[in-house]
Amino acid sequence: MNTLLNNSDLFITGFRNTLILFGVAGIFALILGTIVATLRVSPIPAMRAAATLYINVVRNTPLTLVLFFFALGYPKLGLVEIDFMTAATVGLSLYTATYVAEAVRSGINTVPVGQAEAARAIGLPFTQTLTLVILPQAFRAVIPPMFSVFIALLKNTTVAAGFSVAEAGAIRSNLSERGEPAMAGLLWVALIFVLLVFILSFVQRKLEKKWKVAR
Amino acid sequence: MSSVLFDAPGPKARARYRILGVVTALVIIAIVGFIVLRFAQSGQFDEKKWHLFTFPLVQQTIIQSVGATLSAFATAAVLSLVLGVFLAFGRLSDRKWISLPCYGFTELFRAIPLLILMMIFYYGLPPLGVQGITPFTAVVAGLVLYNGSVLAEVFRAGIESLPRGQSEAGYAIGLPKSAVMTNILLPQAVRSMLPVIISQLVVILKDTALGFIVTYNEILFQAKYFGSQAQYGSPIIPSAIIAGVLYVGMCLILAGIAKWLESRMRRNVKVVKVAKSEIVAIEG
Repeated sequence: MNTLLNNSDLFITGFRNTLILFGVAGIFALILGTIVATLRVSPIPAMRAAATLYINVVRNTPLTLVLFFFALGYPKLGLVEIDFMTAATVGLSLYTATYVAEAVRSGINTVPVGQAEAARAIGLPFTQTLTLVILPQAFRAVIPPMFSVFIALLKNTTVAAGFSVAEAGAIRSNLSERGEPAMAGLLWVALIFVLLVFILSFVQRKLEKKWKVAR
Repeated sequence: MSSVLFDAPGPKARARYRILGVVTALVIIAIVGFIVLRFAQSGQFDEKKWHLFTFPLVQQTIIQSVGATLSAFATAAVLSLVLGVFLAFGRLSDRKWISLPCYGFTELFRAIPLLILMMIFYYGLPPLGVQGITPFTAVVAGLVLYNGSVLAEVFRAGIESLPRGQSEAGYAIGLPKSAVMTNILLPQAVRSMLPVIISQLVVILKDTALGFIVTYNEILFQAKYFGSQAQYGSPIIPSAIIAGVLYVGMCLILAGIAKWLESRMRRNVKVVKVAKSEIVAIEG
């Protein structure tokens, strides 16, 4: 308990940055992922191919390598300078977007074929079929896998600690500089993550019940 | 499914699709072109930056680091599968004092970030007097606890999705519960969940890269070392490219095996079909 209370400043900054990373990367991943999923079911072969390629390459790259590139490689390119926090957000968003895209696509597959057929029968084009009829139903059906993606994102924010971002995963090294026992600090970090994940699962169950599609 | 979302295009739509297709291709070429141009302008393709990787000794070290990645992966994969089977059986047990701890264990270790687990082993245990924690042990232990818990859920879902008649038939011929589990339910569950199990193996392979943060000498660790060699112009981007090709290659091979198995099993009528939504929910 002492480790937590005496170093509450470290824990508060650490978890504040974790939540910022989680929130910002989550929103970007959700937007980008939905766009990629749309491209993947679009009528234009070039769009489908581009989305498939992006998903296959990024999904098979370790997140550590993605962040490695943005934290250590990107500054060498002589482009606009960004801080590590922004670099980590970009890396996490690009990585998580592929998982969001796959979740949305699995959601599109759960919508009964008749829904799309009815939309086409009244003359709706592809974009309207998708945005007005299919996606609203898909998002509701896809809540459990989508929350798994976000829980994974929350846990993945710790990887940014390996690349100079002062979030929850970095608390250990800061604590050891103050001579605190590593184990106590790590167990506190683990406990807080367990709590955060349980909160997310709780929200998931609530939303699942509320948004269940009546069929 | 995707073709259900739009009608067969008429002449006007076909022309529009062609234009959009060309525009998409141009946008992609522009993005990729910009990246390549930037790489070229900042000298990432200079002979000097790649020279380091032409030495046989360097290539040998890279191959060794691939070996280190693969050995951590193989050890963790086997142990996770074993742990997963035990936890799944534990959770399905009729005895509360077995099933509750197993439930708690899987939920707990799925909620702790893998990197924090590895750090607990690598930085947390030695000061408490635990001897012999190498980076390899820390990486494998973290991977096994996390993926064992995930695989337990996969096995459980597989077993629960089997038709009830399967276990009933086993009990009817007088088999005890353990034999029903190991001889009847598990073999079928494993077969029906094989694609999910293998995609979890891809996750294990990718997550070995976290070992780089707890100083395990794997691909990414070597990539960072070579990337910081100043006399070769700090070729961090060339080494990231090499590491990326190695990882994507290895994962695609595994994913390819998964796809092959899936298509093979679809032809095999003996495999019980699991509802797709159930698999998706676990895969996440």
